[in-house]
Amino acid sequence: VRACAGPRLGAAMMEGLDDGPDFLSEEDRGLKAINVDLQSDAALQVDISDALSERDKVKFTVHTKSSLPNFKQNEFSVVRQHEEFIWLHDSFVENEDYAGYIIPPAPPRPDFDASREKLQKLGEGEGSMTKEEFTKMKQELEAEYLAIFKKTVAMHEVFLCRVAAHPILRKDLNFHVFLEYNQDLSVRGKNKKEKLEDFFKNMVKSADGVIVSGVKDVDDFFEHERTFLLEYHNRVKDASAKSDRMTRSHKSAADDYNRIGSSLYALGTQDSTDICKFFLKVSELFDKTRKIEARVSADEDLKLSDLLKYYLRESQAAKDLLYRRSRSLVDYENANKALDKARAKNKDVLQAETSQQLCCQKFEKISESAKQELIDFKTRRVAAFRKNLVELAELELKHAKGNLQLLQNCLAVLNGDT
Amino acid sequence: MAAEREPPPLGDAKPTDFEELEDGEDLFTSTVSTLESSPSSPEPASLPAEDVSTNSNGPKPAEVVLDDDREDLFAEATEEVSLDSPEREPILSSEPSPAVTPVTPTTLIAPRIESKSMSAPVIFDRSREEIEEEANGDVFDIEIGVSDPEKVGDGMNAYMAYRVTTKTSLSMFSKSEFSVKRRFSDFLGLHSKLASKYLHVGYIVPPAPEKSIVGMTKVKVGKEDSSSTEFVEKRRAALERYLQRTVKHPTLLQDPDLRQFLESSELPRAVNTQALSGAGILRMVNKAADAVNKMTIKMNESDAWFEEKQQQFENLDQQLRKLHASVEALVCHRKELSANTAAFAKSAAMLGNSEDHTALSRALSQLAEVEEKIDQLHQEQAFADFYMFSELLSDYIRLIAAVKEIEEWEAKVQQGERDFEQISKTIRKEVGRFEKERVKDFKTVIIKYLESLVQTQQQLIKYWEAFLPEAKAIA
Repeated sequence: VRACAGPRLGAAMMEGLDDGPDFLSEEDRGLKAINVDLQSDAALQVDISDALSERDKVKFTVHTKSSLPNFKQNEFSVVRQHEEFIWLHDSFVENEDYAGYIIPPAPPRPDFDASREKLQKLGEGEGSMTKEEFTKMKQELEAEYLAIFKKTVAMHEVFLCRVAAHPILRKDLNFHVFLEYNQDLSVRGKNKKEKLEDFFKNMVKSADGVIVSGVKDVDDFFEHERTFLLEYHNRVKDASAKSDRMTRSHKSAADDYNRIGSSLYALGTQDSTDICKFFLKVSELFDKTRKIEARVSADEDLKLSDLLKYYLRESQAAKDLLYRRSRSLVDYENANKALDKARAKNKDVLQAETSQQLCCQKFEKISESAKQELIDFKTRRVAAFRKNLVELAELELKHAKGNLQLLQNCLAVLNGDT
Repeated sequence: MAAEREPPPLGDAKPTDFEELEDGEDLFTSTVSTLESSPSSPEPASLPAEDVSTNSNGPKPAEVVLDDDREDLFAEATEEVSLDSPEREPILSSEPSPAVTPVTPTTLIAPRIESKSMSAPVIFDRSREEIEEEANGDVFDIEIGVSDPEKVGDGMNAYMAYRVTTKTSLSMFSKSEFSVKRRFSDFLGLHSKLASKYLHVGYIVPPAPEKSIVGMTKVKVGKEDSSSTEFVEKRRAALERYLQRTVKHPTLLQDPDLRQFLESSELPRAVNTQALSGAGILRMVNKAADAVNKMTIKMNESDAWFEEKQQQFENLDQQLRKLHASVEALVCHRKELSANTAAFAKSAAMLGNSEDHTALSRALSQLAEVEEKIDQLHQEQAFADFYMFSELLSDYIRLIAAVKEIEEWEAKVQQGERDFEQISKTIRKEVGRFEKERVKDFKTVIIKYLESLVQTQQQLIKYWEAFLPEAKAIA
C-alpha cells in the first residue's frame, strides 16, 4: 500500500510548515486500510500522489499506472478537484447498468472551515499569550490542519481505489476520462435547481422506500439483508457520532495538558526555590504526555471513528442497492400485471411481453449481482473491522506503554531528587 | 537563639513526668506562678494573667503568640523551678488570653519577665524538640482524619457532623488516639480563634474551608443526589486538609484552643463564626492601636525584603490561579470524556448486536466492554485530578491570600520598633516555613498525582491486552 507523498499546504496559512510533526502514525497510511482487498493490481493502479490546499479548494493529483489498452500511456497524472469526484460518483449512480452494484460512496467534501477559524482566532489572540504558548498552540493547530488534510486526501483516494478494484466499474468510460483527460472536466458543482431536484428525488426515494420495504421479499437472502441493513445502518450512524464525540473529548483533555504544562513551566521559571527544577521536570512530562494523548485521540479517530463513518456511507450505498432492486421488482410485477391485462384484452400483447421480458431480465440481473455485492460487502466489512480493531488495540497498547514509561521515568527522577 | 534550645535541666524531671499534666493545663503558667516565688527571678512583678505590662511598648494586641523567643525565656526561667508545684490552675480557656508583648531576647536574659502568661501552651523538652523549625521539623507525630459525615437534625436546623480522629504520640495529649464529633461551624470557630491570636503577629494561619450556602442547604433539605454527596465529600476532604495543615504548624499545634478542638467531647458552640479574615483582624487591631500612643513605623532594610517577597507572592498567586484554571478545565473535559466513552460503549454494544457475523459481533461487544471499563477509569482519574490537584491549588491560592493580608497589615502596623522587628522576624520565619511547606506539599501531591496516572495507564494496558486476541479472532 503506497502512501501519499507529502501533501503541500497552501502558502497563506502554513508558513514554515514542513510535512509537519509526524502527527499520524505510520500504520495509518490512508483509509485504504478500510478496504482490505484493494490489492495492487497491475492492470490498474490509482492513487493520489500529491495534493495542494488553497483558500477554498483542494487540488488532488490523481496518478494512474495501467497496462490496460484503453489508455494512451502506461503512466500519467491529472489534477482533479472535489466536484469532479462527485460528478464521477453521480454518473455511476445514474447509470442503469450499474443498478445492481454497490456504488462506492462519494468522498465527503474537504472541510477546513473549523480549522481555519481556529487558526484565525489564534492569530488574533496572539498578543494575549506568551510566546511559548503561542508557538505551541500554533503547532498544534497546524498539526490538526495537516491531519484533516491527510484524511481528505485518503478518502478521495479510497473512492478511486474502490472503483478501480471493481470488475465492472473499472471499465467505465467516465472513469477513464476522469483518470486521463488532462483538462478541466468542467463539471461545475450542482446549481440550486439541480440540488432541489436531488432533494425531491431523495424524498420520493424515501417515500418509495417505505412502500417498497413493506413488501416482504420472497427471497430469504434479500429479506434478511434488508432487515439487517436497515438496523445496522442506524446503529453504525449512532456509533459513529458517539465515537466522534469521544475522540473529541479526548483531544480536549490532551489540550488541557498543554496549558497545564505551560503554567508549570512558568511557575518553574519564576520560582527561585528548589521547587523550580521540580516544576520544570513536571512541565516537561506534561508536554510529552500530551503528545502521546493527542496521538491516542488521533489514532482512535482514524481506526474507530473513520471506520464507522466509512461503513455508515457504505451501508447507505448497500441500502440504495436494495432499494434499486426492490424498485425493479415492483416494475417487474407491474409489467406482469400489464401483460396479463394485455393478454386478457388481447391488445398490445407483444409490447407487453417485451416489456415484461426486459423487466424480468433487469430484475434478475440486479438480483444476481446484488447478491454477490452484498456478500462481498460483508466480507469487506468484517475484514476492515478486524484490521482496524486489531490496529486500534495495538496502538492503544503502544501509547499506554509509552505513557507509562514516561511517567515512571519522571517519577524516578523526581523521587530521586527529593 | 540556638543556644537556648537545650532542654533546661528541669530538676531531673524527665519528659515522662509531664504526662501527668492534664489537658488544658499550662505547664508554663504553673511555671509562671512558681516563678513568683523563685528567688532567681526577682521581679516578675505581678504575673497575674490579666496584667498587661505597662512596660510594653505597644498597643495591647488582643492575643499573643508564643514564639521561640519566649520559649527561651522560659527555658531560662524554668531552670530553677520544680515542676511539682501544686499550683496548676489552668489559666487556659477559650477566652482570649491577655496579651503578651513579644520581647526581644535581650530583655529576656534578665529575668525581668515583663511578659505575661501566655495562652501559649506547654513548653517542655519534648515538645520543643518537636517544634524545631529550622531543623527538619517534619516529625510531628500527629495524624488527623476527618470522616463519617453524618446528618444531625432536620430541616433548616440540620447540620453535618464530622468525626475528627487524632492519632498521636505527642504527650501533650492525654491519649494516643481519640476522636470527637465536630460540625462545620466548630471548624470556623477554631479558625477565628487562631486567626485572632496569631495572624497579626505574623503567623500564617491556614484558612478555613469556605462556607457554602447553596451546598449546605441542599444537604439540609435532604436532597440525596450526587451533587450533595459530592459537596459533603469535598467539604470533608477540605476540613481534613485544613486540620492537617494547622497541626503541622509548630506554634499552632501548641495552641490550647486547637487541643480543645481535637480532644474535648463538648465544645462550646461557636456563635460568631464569621471566619475572621486578616482584614477583620486588621480593623480590630487598628481600633485598639488608636487608643494607645502612636509610634511611627520604623522603616528599615527589612522592608526591601518584604517588598520582594510581596512581589514574589503576587507572581506566585497569579501563576497558581492560572494553573488552577487549567486543572479545572482538565477535570471538566475528563468528565466529559468519561460520559462520551460510556455513550460510545453502549452504542458499540448495540452495533455488535446487529452485526450478523458472529465473531465480529462478539468482538464489538468486547470492545463495548473495554470502553465501559475505560470510562470507569476516566471517572476515577477525574476524581484524582480534582481532589489531588485542584483542591490543593485552591487551598494554596487562599493561603497565599492570607499571607498577603499579613504583609499588608505589616505595612500598616503601628508599633514600636522592637515589636516591629519582632513581628517582621516572625513573618520572615513564617514565610520561610511556608515556602518549605509549599515545596513539600506540592511535591507530594504532584508525585501522588503522577502515580495515579501511572495506575491508569497500567489498567489501560491490561484492558487492551485482553481485547487484542478477541479482535484477532475475527475470522
